Amino acid sequence: MALLVLAEHDNATLKPATQNSVAAARKIGEKADTSEIHVLVIGHQAVPVAEAAARIEGVAKVILADEVELGPQTAEILTAQVLLQLQAEHYSHLLAPATTYGKNVLPRIAAKLDVQQISGIIDVLSPSTFVRPIYAGNALATVESIAGAIIVLTVLSTGFDASPLRETSAPIESAKELAKDSAGVRLVGRQLASSDKIELTAARVVVSGGRGLQKAENFQLLEALAAKLNAAVGASRAAVDAGFVPNDYQVGQTGKIVAPELYIAVGISGAIQHLAGMRDSKVIVAINKDPDAPIFQVADYGLVGDALEILPQLTAQL
Amino acid sequence: MKLLVPIKRVVDFTVKVRVKPDGSGVDLENVKMSMNPFDEIAVEEAIRLKERGLANEIIVVSLGPAACQETLRTALAMGADRAVLVETDAELEPLAVAKLLKQIVAKEEPQLVILGKQAIDDDSNQTGQMLAALLDWPQGTFASKLEIAEGKATVTREIDGGLETLELPLPAVITTDLRLNEPRYTSLPNIIKAKKRPLDTLKISDLQTDIAPRSKTQKVGAPQPRKAGIRVNSVEELVTKLREEAKVI
Ligand SMILES: Cc1cc2nc3c(=O)[nH]c(=O)nc-3n(C[C@H](O)[C@H](O)[C@H](O)COP(=O)(O)OP(=O)(O)OC[C@H]3O[C@@H](n4cnc5c(N)ncnc54)[C@H](O)[C@@H]3O)c2cc1C
Repeated sequence: MALLVLAEHDNATLKPATQNSVAAARKIGEKADTSEIHVLVIGHQAVPVAEAAARIEGVAKVILADEVELGPQTAEILTAQVLLQLQAEHYSHLLAPATTYGKNVLPRIAAKLDVQQISGIIDVLSPSTFVRPIYAGNALATVESIAGAIIVLTVLSTGFDASPLRETSAPIESAKELAKDSAGVRLVGRQLASSDKIELTAARVVVSGGRGLQKAENFQLLEALAAKLNAAVGASRAAVDAGFVPNDYQVGQTGKIVAPELYIAVGISGAIQHLAGMRDSKVIVAINKDPDAPIFQVADYGLVGDALEILPQLTAQL
Repeated sequence: MKLLVPIKRVVDFTVKVRVKPDGSGVDLENVKMSMNPFDEIAVEEAIRLKERGLANEIIVVSLGPAACQETLRTALAMGADRAVLVETDAELEPLAVAKLLKQIVAKEEPQLVILGKQAIDDDSNQTGQMLAALLDWPQGTFASKLEIAEGKATVTREIDGGLETLELPLPAVITTDLRLNEPRYTSLPNIIKAKKRPLDTLKISDLQTDIAPRSKTQKVGAPQPRKAGIRVNSVEELVTKLREEAKVI
């Protein structure tokens, strides 16, 4: 039996989180008697995605299900296609990134299989035992899958270093059967942030702003700092709710979970829900005018002061 | 149109939980409990649909111990019409909850089920998607906008990278994200009125479904604490530390 990883992509490029899910699959493989990893790419005109997936180290085979109906990648059609693949070959595990993509579709598949999914794993202890954060990361649960024909997991990228891309490629096969039924769901459209933006979850450095930045224009100060550091820009929920930045900037329990080398929190108080999304960063810097702000409790370096004065100085000195 | 809103009683979002020394779980003694914030958003959305004349009855349902009555009463005070408690002291997995909810859906025949996208205790983010799968209904998860017209739901979803809009035929399952709405506060007169609204209690055995656990929590531990950091007094000092001590820039 092999392990199956569902690739996340936008029909044009493979999302790096897929490489972290492959890394989790490899870790399971090392502890199990099988380590053959297949990646399933479902979409339309997604050959470049399949080619990228075939180059991930540890991948033995890529299965490409390519058809116009699959293009929108709704949960309904993805579920149907994954179930076809699970019938075509036997798998011990099904994995996908714990991003909005994987979170949307994997539980649907798990329920169809009568399996209890284990969400957001950060470590593998045995082929059936995993560690996952609960309560906004204030506790870590060790969970064992004790029943079910397959183990279904979503993978937090922060727990596994991306499996690198190699020069050689694994073979790419076409799916023998294609799902057609989209359950009447129609994709009306997507409004996506520009794709040249550095992806939060893959960035080496993240600079995040909170309500303390006071207005949307002040995020330009943060953008300038980010440009100097080649960093991605993130935000607290309060900053998103205030309309300073779009929703996909949100870092936290219910936003994105990041663990960069360097995380700079500016004008962010440090609520439990925000800490949940960044506490595993290697080095944390906090800039806040309130010396008692809870963010300082997790910061390696704290600087008390007015962010609007500090940010231009910091950018200038880098 | 009938709406069903499942709600969960969880540790209040302001509480920083502590892990029990014996590793059996987190300490919930004398901890403030509230309705899961995402479920509050779900209740609010249902009420707004009713206020717009798009729904005529809102049923809230909770699965858990007797204390969930309090959570259900809160939802009634917000404006739900009636409540169902499936009373149990058992720990239920998301799959089990979805299976039990499926039975409630079969009984109540709602056109729309609105749930929170995740519970802030186990952070699983599964129940809505699982219920949709078991019912074979379409799903609109992580909704930040919901419109209902002509037997269809148009849902704007928060996804990594931006927003996505889907059109789903009803019946359907929706899960809420934070920006869908801001839940109303309950007023004293409404809390009093809510006491008279019906709250039925069912037993798990009334719903006849296989809820045997498929996973087992072996241990709950505390995350590694971060080592104490330092205060720097100037931007210069910060830059020097980041370059020479942390070596991250
Ligand atoms: C269910 C739920 C889920 C949530 N999920 C998330 C999540 O995923 N991510 C998240 O971030 N939050 C989340 N939250 C919200 C969270 O509880 C906090 O409300 C939020 O993180 C606060 O954002 P903030 O720190 O920007 O704002 P505030 O708490 O208002 O803090 C602003 C900070 O800025 C400082 N400040 C003000 N002016 C200046 C200045 N000129 N210079 C420097 N500092 C200044 C202040 O001292 C203060 O510390 C969630 C809440 C709930 C209920």
